[in-house]
Amino acid sequence: MIRLENISKRFGKLQALKQVSIHFESNSCVALIGPNACGKTTLIKSILGMVIPDSGYIYFKEKSIKNDFLYRQEIGYMPQIGRYPEHMSIGKVLEMIQNIRKKTEYDDELLRTFQIDKMYDKKMHTLSGGTRQKVSAVLAFLFNPDVLILDEPTAGLDPLASEILKDKIIKEKKKGKLILITSHQLSELDDLVTEIVLMQEGNVHFHYPVETLQKQTKEERISKAIAKILKQQQYV
Amino acid sequence: MFSIVRLIVSDIVKNKIVIVYTLLLAILSWSAFMLEDNQNKGILTLLNIILLTIPLVSILFTAIYIYNSNEFIELLVSQPLRRNKIWISLFWGISGSLLFAFLLSTGIPLILFADLKLGLIMLGVGCMITLICVAIAFVSTTFTRDKAKGIGIVIVLWLYFALLFDSLILFILFEFADYPIEKPMLFMVALNPLDIGRILILLHLDVSAMMGYTGAIFREVLGSITGILIAFILLILWTVVPFWISLIKFNHKDL
Repeated sequence: MIRLENISKRFGKLQALKQVSIHFESNSCVALIGPNACGKTTLIKSILGMVIPDSGYIYFKEKSIKNDFLYRQEIGYMPQIGRYPEHMSIGKVLEMIQNIRKKTEYDDELLRTFQIDKMYDKKMHTLSGGTRQKVSAVLAFLFNPDVLILDEPTAGLDPLASEILKDKIIKEKKKGKLILITSHQLSELDDLVTEIVLMQEGNVHFHYPVETLQKQTKEERISKAIAKILKQQQYV
Repeated sequence: MFSIVRLIVSDIVKNKIVIVYTLLLAILSWSAFMLEDNQNKGILTLLNIILLTIPLVSILFTAIYIYNSNEFIELLVSQPLRRNKIWISLFWGISGSLLFAFLLSTGIPLILFADLKLGLIMLGVGCMITLICVAIAFVSTTFTRDKAKGIGIVIVLWLYFALLFDSLILFILFEFADYPIEKPMLFMVALNPLDIGRILILLHLDVSAMMGYTGAIFREVLGSITGILIAFILLILWTVVPFWISLIKFNHKDL
């Protein structure tokens, strides 16, 4: 569904992505993991067209995204830090995006469970970090897109909200969507993901289905399996 | 596109600075004509407003507004929208509000008090200068992410166009007074849109008789209808080229 070929990106002295080639299929939930500044967010932003790669190609449903913008119709994006026009109210932001997307059917489940619909009049600059995250989540799921890209979705959410969000992700996964998640909290990924991509210093270190990982390491839990694999490779 | 322009305009109106700008311009323009007994004196006062105040407000307001809209732009870029469309909407939203402010405040007294041809030329020049300053602010902001630096750049540019350039011209005039520099001067003037505007308006006033031989050459070239056309084409180029550069830069910008 999404295919990246030899994507490189340099920010000044920092080589954020080095010849990354990777392929994501629909009906899977992929976890992008790796240390800080390993290029996860740059990878995601390249797919969204927010960062323009220096070289390489990105295909969305076998069509190059270069000079295309309509493919974003089918992506729901939840940024790591949601940045919104500060003086706009929640209702206005939602209305604006609805105007842009021009869809008539909305998936407003999160809107209701997060009770965002009760604070339409609140200005964005008065919101706490967690509430902002909730608004970002609502916007990502609102248009029932085929692809969900979630950058650190549960960071900053309270335990209750983050459970709600996880349940929603599982629900959407069952509909056969492609879900890309970046996270540092490996323990949270256990019942969510089907594939793991580990990135390091702008390279894709490995890309395995979860079962392979579990079989290789004989560990049930993803966090332990990854820790084990990293240790093995260090000592080889 | 229209919906984004509307959003930006409503945001600018809520911001109230443009309303204050409209009121200030209106007070200045009305008083320029009411207090002076001579129509030409009023026009000269207005000319100074057009050449100093309008560029300063347009260029600064635009630069600050673009930097403050960073989040807004980032949000829109992740949506199914063409980047060109976002940038062009932003341009029309900002310049539309500033143009409206100018026409509403200065336009009415100009039409009422000045003679029609001169009034229309002044309105045209004022509108073009607004557009040019907005375009220059657009291109300046795409060169740096640093807000303080970006605003510094536009202030320096304003100083150059409004004040420094004239001293430069005077200096060259004195240094090369013995040579026939009238025609090269015409080229020099094209390097500053504010000067094009100034000369265009001065040539239609009686004071142009005092401009000597250079003035005669200007009158010959810029005084006719073709001259006015050429001047306006130059002013349009001064809008289109900076904005076009900023558009290309914005299309390749990482957000």
